[in-house]
Amino acid sequence: MHLKTRLHQNVLYISLDGELDHHSAEYTRQHLDNLMGQSRAAQIIIDLANLKFMDSTGIGVLIGRYKKMKDRNVPIYISNPSSQAERIFKMTGLYSIMPKIS
Amino acid sequence: MSTKSKIEKPIIAGCINKMKLELPAHSLNESFARSTVAAFASSINPTLDEINDIKTAVSEAVTNCVVHAYNNTKPLSQSIEIIKIECELYETHINISISDTGRGIKDIENAMQPFVTTRADEERSGMGFTVMQSFMDSLNVQSREGSGTTITMQKFFTKETSNKVKQA
Repeated sequence: MHLKTRLHQNVLYISLDGELDHHSAEYTRQHLDNLMGQSRAAQIIIDLANLKFMDSTGIGVLIGRYKKMKDRNVPIYISNPSSQAERIFKMTGLYSIMPKIS
Repeated sequence: MSTKSKIEKPIIAGCINKMKLELPAHSLNESFARSTVAAFASSINPTLDEINDIKTAVSEAVTNCVVHAYNNTKPLSQSIEIIKIECELYETHINISISDTGRGIKDIENAMQPFVTTRADEERSGMGFTVMQSFMDSLNVQSREGSGTTITMQKFFTKETSNKVKQA
């Protein structure tokens, strides 16, 4: 799993490149926490265009980050999910806390 | 003198391919497990969605074995429990069975409810069985506390996929 970031107009873009499963979850979690923790951005957008695979473990990782950023009032948005990821997001209601943006 | 190894069961009529996989329950092998089952199913050219559904369901089941059945956090240097995966491919569907000899599930009905997890502290979503159920056409869970769990799943292919096999 590779994480790429870009800060643009006070929005932190984080792109996930790879497979998000139980094996890569801990690494992804730590890196997201580092990136988000250092950031002073007003919003975060997690871009999934290059995410090749995700199972329900990904939901746990995302909800965990949401909880942390909620305390700082920084909203997180999801962009470019695969159809598979989208089905899991809808099934779990993730979009109600991390809306999808295009 | 050599003895021929016995084939356990005769190949079932209509079965295109059969595969048995045994892998150590390391999280490192989750990706290998789902990719291998996907490659196994790929021989009849299913749609990308069908392949991805199978991949996701297998990933959920294997992760359950690593996280819940064996609760494996052992380093690679230590010997480790085994996950068994058996697959049968037909022109109309695929049967997948994944079993472990781990701690088993006390209350299957409860474990299968959405958002139920015994490891909320580890940010587990509790959606594994729900994802398996929704991505596959059938899911059966058999478990006994202390001796392990076997899940069997079935996925039917679209007519287009099945017809391609018939014409091949």
